[in-house]
Amino acid sequence: MLDSTPASASPDRISAPVRRATGRPVRGLPLAAWGRTPAAIIGFILTSVIIVVAVLADLIAPGDPFATVGPALAAPSGAFPFGTDDLGRNLLTGVVHGVRTSVLVALAVGVVALPLGLLVGAVSGASRGRIDDLLMRFTEVWQILPRFFLALMVIALFGPGLDRLVVVLGLTSWALLSRIVRAEILSIREREFVEAAHALGVPQWRIVGRHMLPHALPAALVYVTLVLGQVCLIEASLGFLGLSDPNVVSLGSLAGQAQRFLRVAWWMWFFPGIALITLVVGLNLIGDALDDRIRGRH
Amino acid sequence: MSPRYLAWRLLQVPPAVLGVLIVTFVLIHLAPGDPILALAGEHGDAAYYAEMRAKFGLDRSVPEQLGAFIANLLRLDLGVSYVHGRPAIDVILERVPSTLLLTGSALVVSTILGIGLGLIAATHVRRIPDLAISLTALGLHGTPSFWLAQLALLTLGLWAGWFPVSGMTSPRSNATDIAAALDVARHLFLPMMVLAASEIAAISRLTRVGLLDELTQDYIRTARAKGLTNRQVLIRHALPRALLPVVTVIGGRVGHILAGAVLIEAIFGWPGIGRLLLSSVQTRDTPIVIGIILLIGCGVIIANVVTDLIYARLDPRIRFA
Repeated sequence: MLDSTPASASPDRISAPVRRATGRPVRGLPLAAWGRTPAAIIGFILTSVIIVVAVLADLIAPGDPFATVGPALAAPSGAFPFGTDDLGRNLLTGVVHGVRTSVLVALAVGVVALPLGLLVGAVSGASRGRIDDLLMRFTEVWQILPRFFLALMVIALFGPGLDRLVVVLGLTSWALLSRIVRAEILSIREREFVEAAHALGVPQWRIVGRHMLPHALPAALVYVTLVLGQVCLIEASLGFLGLSDPNVVSLGSLAGQAQRFLRVAWWMWFFPGIALITLVVGLNLIGDALDDRIRGRH
Repeated sequence: MSPRYLAWRLLQVPPAVLGVLIVTFVLIHLAPGDPILALAGEHGDAAYYAEMRAKFGLDRSVPEQLGAFIANLLRLDLGVSYVHGRPAIDVILERVPSTLLLTGSALVVSTILGIGLGLIAATHVRRIPDLAISLTALGLHGTPSFWLAQLALLTLGLWAGWFPVSGMTSPRSNATDIAAALDVARHLFLPMMVLAASEIAAISRLTRVGLLDELTQDYIRTARAKGLTNRQVLIRHALPRALLPVVTVIGGRVGHILAGAVLIEAIFGWPGIGRLLLSSVQTRDTPIVIGIILLIGCGVIIANVVTDLIYARLDPRIRFA
């Protein structure tokens, strides 16, 4: 900071109204403001149900999902609300723990993809010229890789397992995210509050981190909700094909086992799919509502 | 479309293909065990392994290995499939037509139905047809294709008995020409519709939103003021512009439909590359797995280029990204 800058103008001492005027957005998302449409509310309810089920899986359906507890292929009843499978395993336990697996995979993929996307997008958007160009060419390669097939190949080469699945899906999910973050940053780079921050002598990395990235966050979150829905579908698809980790219950592998008993045990097919649809539709609804809110459609 | 744009876009293809090849190469070398097992499959004899080792230069330095890998794949030389006892590329290529039939027809049907339904929804905003279409689209968008496939199989195939549940042709059928084509069409219907379903959902949503945005524009009011009927305004003026975003997603849809085809082919016993890929993963017949994944990677890259070229042709504002 230049010596001639008065201490009262240093960024840490500006009063609250001035801070607001320099464009620092409100922390967090104003949930109440955009959560008023029916779609958003339903999305919230569906997603909350899924999260509660995932967190309380052991309370809702205690016991080993792989244990034989009743007669084989029993239809839904009081004792077994979702019926049992061909080995007499309680399908309710399977579905509840399968939901937990889906949520864990989605969270883990988010943890890999979100920081990568934010970092690359921020660096790319804040730096002009060659670095920006290079990073964007690099993301194009990642964007074009067909995610599902890459996951299939990794499983073919490395064997099934949740860890490698999370790595593959995470590494193929950040590219578009970084482009969205970059676009948002480009759109505000010339705005007055950024200029003001520059004039105040705030270092570049701090401007990007504290003034620009928060603006890009809502658009990034829209993309993340949508992509996590897709991630859950891919995990389930691989499970359906019998390529998931055999030691972990997956909604997809439950549905895959139903294939041979479609004629005699519809419940084996029905319930895992319904759980998955609840999860994905819930995420999509939240993403849609958030997107409408950002674009000012409501 | 300017020749410069065409050249610039086509020039991006080789680096993209190279990128896919390098990722594949890296994965093969990161995989546990000897890379020769990944390249040649697990069922070879010592002599064949020695031959493949020499062909892919596994006794040489890593850059040389990468060079040999790329050179072999560009010559479509993947080695021999041990399950099928023939060159892997031959096994793959003979399965391509049936997958093209399935995915191509799903692409066409989903485009037509998606645009049609989007049009109906946009012209009945917030009334029953719109609500029905929008809700169905939302549900289909979040429904796993295998679940929908099993639903169709159960209801239309097993219970109603309207459609065959497996395969591409009826066994022991010696029908020819038209009868044979009809037989394939009957087998095609269910898998194609299931594959198209989530795409129909996506396209009808895009068309609806696009049309609603366009209908608020000034040129639409001008067209109405000239005395054109609603129908003319909608079809001739609003629809072509509303469809621009639909075109941009074609490239991505190709990859999505191909991924869906793996599941659908497995469920409906459709003899295409998706089912071949799956059985090759299960038998660890890696030459075929690598070949199919590279083929699909190149297919998606080409689909993206074609999409961009169509888009540039439709919208003259597009020059350089």
